[in-house]
Amino acid sequence: MSVLQALDIGLAFVVFAVAAWTIFAHGAFAATVGYVVYGLLLALVWIRLFAVDVALTEAAIGSGVTGVLLISAAARLRAAERAEPEKSLSGLSRLLVAVLCAVVAVALAGVVLLLPEQGPSLAPQSMQRLPETGLGNPVTAVLIAYRAFDTMLEKVVLVLAVVGVWSLAADKYWGGAPGEARAERPEPTLAFLAQILAPLGILVGIHVFWVGADEPGGAFQGGAILAAMWIIVMMARLTEAPRTNAFWLRLALVAGPLVFLAAGVAGAIFAGSFFAYPPGFAKPAILFIEAFMVLSIAVTLPMLVAGPPRREPRR
Amino acid sequence: MTSATLAGLVGAALVGLGLYGLIANPQPLRKILAFNLMGSGVFLVFGIVARKGAAAGLQADPVPQAMVITGIVVAFAASALAVALVLRLFEAAGQATLDPDAWAKPPDGGAGAE
Repeated sequence: MSVLQALDIGLAFVVFAVAAWTIFAHGAFAATVGYVVYGLLLALVWIRLFAVDVALTEAAIGSGVTGVLLISAAARLRAAERAEPEKSLSGLSRLLVAVLCAVVAVALAGVVLLLPEQGPSLAPQSMQRLPETGLGNPVTAVLIAYRAFDTMLEKVVLVLAVVGVWSLAADKYWGGAPGEARAERPEPTLAFLAQILAPLGILVGIHVFWVGADEPGGAFQGGAILAAMWIIVMMARLTEAPRTNAFWLRLALVAGPLVFLAAGVAGAIFAGSFFAYPPGFAKPAILFIEAFMVLSIAVTLPMLVAGPPRREPRR
Repeated sequence: MTSATLAGLVGAALVGLGLYGLIANPQPLRKILAFNLMGSGVFLVFGIVARKGAAAGLQADPVPQAMVITGIVVAFAASALAVALVLRLFEAAGQATLDPDAWAKPPDGGAGAE
């Protein structure tokens, strides 16, 4: 057994153990902290699958931003947890559920083991047309060129999620800022971290977006890193969440999908079909779209974490 | 066993674990977490499909990778909406349980309400 194999097996066990912890831990807070660790370990598994773009996304969004969302929710729900312990299933039904889930897992494992060594692949096709896009990273090409329509709709899903979250505000708070009024003073340690980390993080985020054209990275990963920096600065209370009726905020939220859609329509006019890029002009067009996507992602994710407006909209 | 197959088996186990948590954990937040766990298991199984599609000088098929990236972002958006719903329920009613019996009797004076 080689060292790498041993590491793979060790990693698999640790991922499974931490995942089990998030399910079986007693407190919701402990479980959510476990989930962040789990996400980071899972990113390592993605690297072992040679999917570095996915690993970056998993670490930034799957572990980082989702982690902040779940941890802050668990902290706010602590009172509910303490007030009344939830009634859980009886022993017998737990056993039945466990058997059912084991059957599902074993069936899926069987499928995994039965997969052919060399599966069907679209890799040759995506490499063949890659020079026309001017990109060097085939994953970015799939996202922004070959399957651009998917990615555009996914941006729309993000906007819809923000609309959904904001709609949960009480009537009087509509258009106001999310989060409590600035009651607490900045936590010194967190403020220090935010001051040191945010400038570097913003550079890293822009870098990850820029190199995403040719190397692992891209709009999602870069945008998520920028989003994380804004979240940290807001958590440290160095700045407050903006009012949700601010025009610049709403414009930034829809800029990504809007520019993407406009590029799609422009493709129909100038390049012959919806979401086609004119030959020789593909890379600038793709980077232009991606820049607005980065902006929208960097604004959307913190707004989703911040939750519905909780303050009255007056200035 | 290759590292891809191993990762696929981990994915299968994660789907089982997540499904168990989704059904057996009574708290809504734990259900959301379990659902995310299940989702990441599905992504991992899809990831080995990408790995087994290694061709044309690539280590993995880029199409499933791109779809998993899209999936991770959409899963986050769905989780954010679900968490917001749970928190709103807790804020409005002072409890955030899915147990119908708990809703039949009036909540205890809104103990946790803000």
